[in-house]
Amino acid sequence: MAVTVKIPTQLRAVTGGSAEASAEGATVAEVLDSLYTEHAELRERIAGDDGGLRKFVNIYLSGEDIRFLEGLDTPVPDGAELTILPAVAGG
Amino acid sequence: MPADALKCKECDATYALEAHFVCERCFGPLEVAYSALSAGPAELKRRIQAGPLNLWRYADFLPLERVPSRSLHTGFTPLVRADRLAERLGLDEVWVKNETANPTHSFKDRVVSVALARAVELGFETLACASTGNLANAVAAHGAAAGLPSYVFIPSDLEEEKILATGAYGTNVVGVHGTYDDVNRLCTELSGEHDSWAFVNINMRPYYAEGSKTLAFEIIEQLGFQAPDRIVGPVASGSLFTKVARGFEEFEAAGLVTGAHPVMNGAQAEGCSPVARAFAAGEDFCRPVRPDTIAKSLAIGNPADGPYAVGLAQRTGGSIDAVTDDEIRAGVRLLAETTGIFTETAGGVTTATLAKLAERGDIEAGERVVLLITGDGLKTIDTVRGTFDVAEIAPTVDAFDAAFAGHGASA
Repeated sequence: MAVTVKIPTQLRAVTGGSAEASAEGATVAEVLDSLYTEHAELRERIAGDDGGLRKFVNIYLSGEDIRFLEGLDTPVPDGAELTILPAVAGG
Repeated sequence: MPADALKCKECDATYALEAHFVCERCFGPLEVAYSALSAGPAELKRRIQAGPLNLWRYADFLPLERVPSRSLHTGFTPLVRADRLAERLGLDEVWVKNETANPTHSFKDRVVSVALARAVELGFETLACASTGNLANAVAAHGAAAGLPSYVFIPSDLEEEKILATGAYGTNVVGVHGTYDDVNRLCTELSGEHDSWAFVNINMRPYYAEGSKTLAFEIIEQLGFQAPDRIVGPVASGSLFTKVARGFEEFEAAGLVTGAHPVMNGAQAEGCSPVARAFAAGEDFCRPVRPDTIAKSLAIGNPADGPYAVGLAQRTGGSIDAVTDDEIRAGVRLLAETTGIFTETAGGVTTATLAKLAERGDIEAGERVVLLITGDGLKTIDTVRGTFDVAEIAPTVDAFDAAFAGHGASA
């Protein structure tokens, strides 16, 4: 199943400058794994040692924070859009 | 202190002093790193005391090449001794840092002053922000003063007072259908695509956050170069809370004060308390929540500096507490009737938390406590609607006497 992943500017050096990447997978974790296969360096940037995400990485499925869904196990429908963004303190 | 670089708080990677906010290696937040001060404490104190009566008197501790020649007069707000509040709570010594006295009536004038000054140094010509209201106010006003256009992004259901008081400055107000966290996500995406815009709390965030240190500097100076024993302040993203502590550390490292490690108590509303929950559970991460509270200026459900706020409270023997909306209203009232300072709901959260700490017996005899009141009550005026009666009378002495029988008449 094809999914579009939006890449933040801070990670575009790893994706050859692309703002979007196409990936496969039925869950967020599978989509990320498919991305890591394509862009190996991405894993060390956003994945933590425990296999989860680093503390300051946020992932959204069609605008919804995956932590309000099922985290990395969240099902990803065909044609969906995942967005990777750094956490920013607000105000 | 000359600013050296931007440094990742997680992995120590360094970056040039430009508009970066996140580490490209590990996604950790960047903050300003300084080289050692060349001046000793006596010289620093002399320079501070010779400076203007605003936050620029602490320029030696800010990441700017030069102090802006013109800016809205921000900072050096009153530190007021609040004996009647202390007495009501059974405490010995309470001071209120009254941030309602800033140009747009909240502490956000400090962070915007520093972010704007650095943005101009870096050549930006447009300001922007993601805001729960107070920041939008400050960006619109300071942008107008500097002659820069601005775009302020807010949740569309924000208090009308804050929207009106922001639009008055001629900014572009963008009401986003969603929570502050949705606004923040949108602006993080936009800042990647609009790299000629200075989003004060996104790509300019490392400079912006430094502005909050000046609260600590002022408290120390206003107490006669002494530190308080305890700070009670609001926690939304956790940025203000952690940077105030950093301010105390920097003045101590500079030799301007000794023993400057106040106990840090953070205050949240129960309707949005991810940091208080993490503190209670002893976790070093904050599970995001969907905010539902009258304290909208603190309604950040996904607080990026939350883990640092938890660590700070633990390290100083403090806490992060949460109070209910009713306690918040009572806090607004308590502060107003004992100090004459009318605060917005965020200050109600802080005052109610002080009351809670006092009741719990956390505050020892003789402690000098400083309460951070970060915004003005006129910004959330609905909070007090219906909490008192207006005596409507005919314009006659008889009518007044009938309504107020026994209220101080001489006969």
